[in-house]
Amino acid sequence: MRLGVRLRGLFMGLMLLAVAGPVMAVQPDEVLKDPAMEARARALGRDLRCMVCQNQSIDDSDADLARDLRVLLRQRLVAGDSDEQAKQYLVDRYGDYVLLRPPFKTTTLVLWLGPAALLLAGGWGAVMFFRRRTASAGPAGERPLDETEQRRLKRLLSNDREG
Amino acid sequence: MRRWTTLLPAAVFFVLVAFFAWRLVLITRGDAPNLIPSVMIDKPAPAFDLPPLVLDRPGVQASGLQGKVTLINFFSSWCIPCRAEHPLLVNLMNRPDIKGRMTLIGIDYKDRPEDGRGWLDRLGNPYDAIGMDRDGRVGIDFGVYGVPESYLIDRQGRIRYKQVGPFTAEDIREKLLPLLAELNK
Repeated sequence: MRLGVRLRGLFMGLMLLAVAGPVMAVQPDEVLKDPAMEARARALGRDLRCMVCQNQSIDDSDADLARDLRVLLRQRLVAGDSDEQAKQYLVDRYGDYVLLRPPFKTTTLVLWLGPAALLLAGGWGAVMFFRRRTASAGPAGERPLDETEQRRLKRLLSNDREG
Repeated sequence: MRRWTTLLPAAVFFVLVAFFAWRLVLITRGDAPNLIPSVMIDKPAPAFDLPPLVLDRPGVQASGLQGKVTLINFFSSWCIPCRAEHPLLVNLMNRPDIKGRMTLIGIDYKDRPEDGRGWLDRLGNPYDAIGMDRDGRVGIDFGVYGVPESYLIDRQGRIRYKQVGPFTAEDIREKLLPLLAELNK
């Protein structure tokens, strides 16, 4: 009986999770009648930054401005803009910052190539480090024991056997 | 035996410390990282034509910007920082050295007209002309992403300066007034 109640609770929890997953801020009254065009608007909206929250796309954000931009985006598409033109319309007003995927150009070189450059520099540093260590510990650093060391070694070994 | 490479990690560390310290100093001076530089600077102000908010002052048109220096101030009755900024604008427009050298245009952003009018009745009206931007579309054309925001337009109708957030007395003294003097030359 108790197990049954628990199972039912677990089941309901899972059901709620399943429903809660794909929630987006896009409101029913914003959705276009043409499903193909709505799909284009969704694809674009996911890549456009909400300027108010700054780390959410306009599709994810409940901010007023995000809603205005979603509506504007759909109006541009209905008016016959291509995806690129609709995106450019917003870039002209808000700058590259409105794009969640920054374009590859001279001002964004550090952003795009910086991580790879750091990785290469780190890799090179690691290679140099290990090479130097094996070099100093390698055959060049080895020499036979001299007489004093031989005697000390013998003494240590014999002590060991006695103990 | 000690080679320069052994000092490299420490050097990188200190470069990073210097960089972070520099950013922190900038933030304390008001250059917060969430302030996004405008792409509209030095571009012509976008076209707009908005109906008047109050009966005794005209609406606003982009064509009216030519030949004089204009400050366009986006405000709203529901905007709390605007409440702090408003008395500064009233004071500014009462200054004898500003009269005739700068036109102040207000754009009531995404507001109910009666609320906007009530705001001006209570707090005073520093604006030479006020337009109503009910759907916020003109705001988007200017690149507004919050209120208040203000744009200083030169005699050729180009945007020369953008203030994100409310003007402080310091902003007016150190940024707006020097730029205004330069644009009026």
